[in-house]
Amino acid sequence: MSTAPALIATQAPIRQTRIHLLELGRTHPRVILAGSLVLLLFLVALLAPFISPHDPIAVNADNAYLPPLSPSHLLGTDELGRDLFSRVLWGARVSLPVAFVAVAVGLVAGGVIGLISGYFGGVFDLLLMRLIDALLAFPALILAIAIVAALGPDLRNAMIAIGIVAIPVYARLVRALVLQLKQMEFIAATRSLGATPMRIILRHLIPNLLNPVIVQVSLSAGFAILAEATLSFLGLGAQVPTPDWGQMINTGATFLANDPWLAIVPGAAISVTVFSFNLLGDSLRDALDPRLRS
Amino acid sequence: MSLHLLELDDVHTNLTLKAGVVRAVDGVSFHVDAGETLGIVGESGSGKSMTALSIMRLLPRSGRIDSGAIRFKGRELTGFSEDEMEEIRGTEMAMIFQDPMTSLNPVYRTGWQVGEPLQIHRGTDVRASLAAAIAMFKKVGIPEAEKRVAQYPHVFSGGMSQRAMIAMGLTTSPSLLIADEPTTALDVTIQAQILDLLRNLNRDSGMATILITHNLGVVAGICDRVIVMYAGRVVEQGRTEDVFAHPEHPYTWSLLHSIPRLDADDREPLKVIEGSPPDMMRLPSGCKFQPRCPFAVERCDKDEPELRDVRGHLARCWVTQAGTSLNGSVDAG
Amino acid sequence: MPAEAVASGLSASTWSAADPLVEVRRLTTWFPVRSGVLARTVGQVRAVDGVDLTIRQGETLGLVGESGCGKSTLGRSILRLIEPTSGEVRFKGQDMLRMGPAAMRRMRRDMAMIFQDPFGSLDPRQTVGDIVGEPLEIHHLARTRRQRQERVRELLDLVGLASSFVDRYPHEFSGGQRQRVGIARALAVDPTFIVCDEPVSALDVSIQAQIINLLERLQEKFNLTYLFIAHDLSVVKHISDRIAVMYVGKVVEVSSARELYQSPQHPYTGSLLSAIPIPDPTVERGRERILLKGDVASPVNPPSGCRFRTRCFKAQPRCAESEPPLDTVRLGDHLAACYFPLG
Repeated sequence: MSTAPALIATQAPIRQTRIHLLELGRTHPRVILAGSLVLLLFLVALLAPFISPHDPIAVNADNAYLPPLSPSHLLGTDELGRDLFSRVLWGARVSLPVAFVAVAVGLVAGGVIGLISGYFGGVFDLLLMRLIDALLAFPALILAIAIVAALGPDLRNAMIAIGIVAIPVYARLVRALVLQLKQMEFIAATRSLGATPMRIILRHLIPNLLNPVIVQVSLSAGFAILAEATLSFLGLGAQVPTPDWGQMINTGATFLANDPWLAIVPGAAISVTVFSFNLLGDSLRDALDPRLRS
Repeated sequence: MSLHLLELDDVHTNLTLKAGVVRAVDGVSFHVDAGETLGIVGESGSGKSMTALSIMRLLPRSGRIDSGAIRFKGRELTGFSEDEMEEIRGTEMAMIFQDPMTSLNPVYRTGWQVGEPLQIHRGTDVRASLAAAIAMFKKVGIPEAEKRVAQYPHVFSGGMSQRAMIAMGLTTSPSLLIADEPTTALDVTIQAQILDLLRNLNRDSGMATILITHNLGVVAGICDRVIVMYAGRVVEQGRTEDVFAHPEHPYTWSLLHSIPRLDADDREPLKVIEGSPPDMMRLPSGCKFQPRCPFAVERCDKDEPELRDVRGHLARCWVTQAGTSLNGSVDAG
Repeated sequence: MPAEAVASGLSASTWSAADPLVEVRRLTTWFPVRSGVLARTVGQVRAVDGVDLTIRQGETLGLVGESGCGKSTLGRSILRLIEPTSGEVRFKGQDMLRMGPAAMRRMRRDMAMIFQDPFGSLDPRQTVGDIVGEPLEIHHLARTRRQRQERVRELLDLVGLASSFVDRYPHEFSGGQRQRVGIARALAVDPTFIVCDEPVSALDVSIQAQIINLLERLQEKFNLTYLFIAHDLSVVKHISDRIAVMYVGKVVEVSSARELYQSPQHPYTGSLLSAIPIPDPTVERGRERILLKGDVASPVNPPSGCRFRTRCFKAQPRCAESEPPLDTVRLGDHLAACYFPLG
């Protein structure tokens, strides 16, 4: 007798996304909170050009090193007199797309690898998993640095590098889920009807993978933001003059003694962003976990 | 002897769930005497397992005995503290569960686990409890007991695991053994062995056994008396021969007629019980079995019957209490 | 015509309804046991170890045995849901095991399976309508969407479910209702042959009779052929015309249901019958019991000769030397693999 893994088998289906979200919000307010935070971040990134009080790259030597809460500079200015608040807002326009693209790369590439590995098994599984193991052998950040260094330091390559680093997580997750699902009777039932592997993968496996993968996406986004900031801090990501949080910390580090806000402000931005994504991931995981539901 | 070993008096156990309150055990009364085997029969949702858990006070967080009395050897259990219950559990009352493969802790050797009750309750040292475990293994028919006590549970087959569970329950020579579907997960030839074992142990030691099952054949084989439960209530109760020979509740009657019998020769379609097991959140008013009952009359919809004597044993049914015999409605076969 | 086909009297072109619908010859399905870092094969689980069976059109062949006997694996091997290791499975004269994927997919229109677990055998993310309609989609059996919807409603009606259920999800239903959905799905392709793998074991006793009766009604209505796999011999005896008893990968006895009960030949069958409790105290307590010692033999390392000899009360030295073939005892259609049958 098959024992259906609790993670998948007892999931209630997403009937219509709208209704599902409302239900979710009522029973798990943390999801709404986290979701709102993330949504806010995206809006900030989108609307930065319109809501920034100043031009983020406008240099104004006379206004340098102004502390936070100075008139017309909410968070102060940096060593070149640029408004920190505007730079933080514009920085979101770098970090969030990077997170988005990197996670997408990891999800799609890793997901496909995991699907093939898990469903077809055999030699595919053997080879693909060794490839994944090779990627995992390197500490994530070091691997990303190495890739960017090889491809040349710029934002696009940073996205690619972080994406590649994210692949193993998704490959392993999807493979594990597929292996679990494969054993379930409804998959055997669909095969007995004469369904092709493609149909089984598209119609039956993928819909049942959504919940755990969604949780992972939220968490990966947090990691990606951090990774991008690190790369830029090291000068391997966004280049001058693009406002970027990691870069801002890099320059701000030298002034930590006298004008700490130059580094603290972008650091706080990173923290808040990563926290929001992590909160979303955690609360989604709790909300979607069928065992905790009843 | 006027004092029963175990006596339940109008026990009500409620489960407080998010969706509402479930009256899992709804006014159940019965008794068990030393040396006898009582069967509790019912399907999912009938309350049979909850009754056992109420006796042992092993209810889930959401469960609570809201009223009624449970008397064991004359002592009122419902008033006991958790510490006092722990003293009784494992010494005077023992319970074995359905799935032997998951009832044993996989990281400890079986001999150690089986001896654990002695260590806990009698302060026996490990070596002595191991010796006791070997003796128990022999008693329950596990071959090569000395070798087996050193093994881990995953090596044991289903039947052997269940024997180990029984051994664990019996180490302290309890007066009452509650077995919740002990053979449901086992192959039928192994089931026969285990039931045989339970019957012998019962006979030899004067221990009382409550056997919870959904299998009427098992009840027919080893139970002296039987209780039939439906929707948290006792609907029929009496000596096994009586209940099987002339069931006085339509549920019992329907069950007996709907299960295929090995010794039946005809290939007639089985008599079916219409409908589904009751939704404990939305029980009908009046008799709980009425929606599925082939004998229901008007009164059944409005008033719930009491448990009363009908031709020698107890049944909760207006129709039979009024004198109609269910067997009379059976066509040949 | 190839000599082989002439000899067996069977080939796709000469098959007629009078011939057996399903013929299984020397079927084996072994699963490798892997161990160590390099996952080397250290042994084989001989789940199905050389089985011969025939199933005639319109009949119900019951398949019983205890855990590890291979009955579920046999059912799935016959449908090629699990790839057999060797042997032959002929359906309407055609050798299924040598077919390519496209031909196999076409064959699947003629056969279906009903599963044990009413919870796991339905995709929790599909509506009932989708589940029952999927076979129609796969095999392009309905030309328009409306046709498909109509057929789905028809099927639901056949199994006793309201057509309003099409938009609901499996988790909203009880075990018995889900099992009906599974049956409707199996009927969607209008199959000739259905393998029922423990279809009622996971259901409440009061629901089992409903499903058993439903299966019988459908069989009569559509002239279906069933391979009914279960461990509960009472249920199997009720629904089957003939019964095959399996033990550790082999069929040890085959006969009509009535004869199996009245005069079992193989000692295992005898002990199986005596172990099954009968819900009648007077009958039950007066019965002669054959109690077997020990546990079911292991399919990884079965005993030499007759596999049952380690638990058999009639075992003799001969039983260890050679394995009795299925037709050792042959009383008309009644076969048993035993040198010292119960007689």
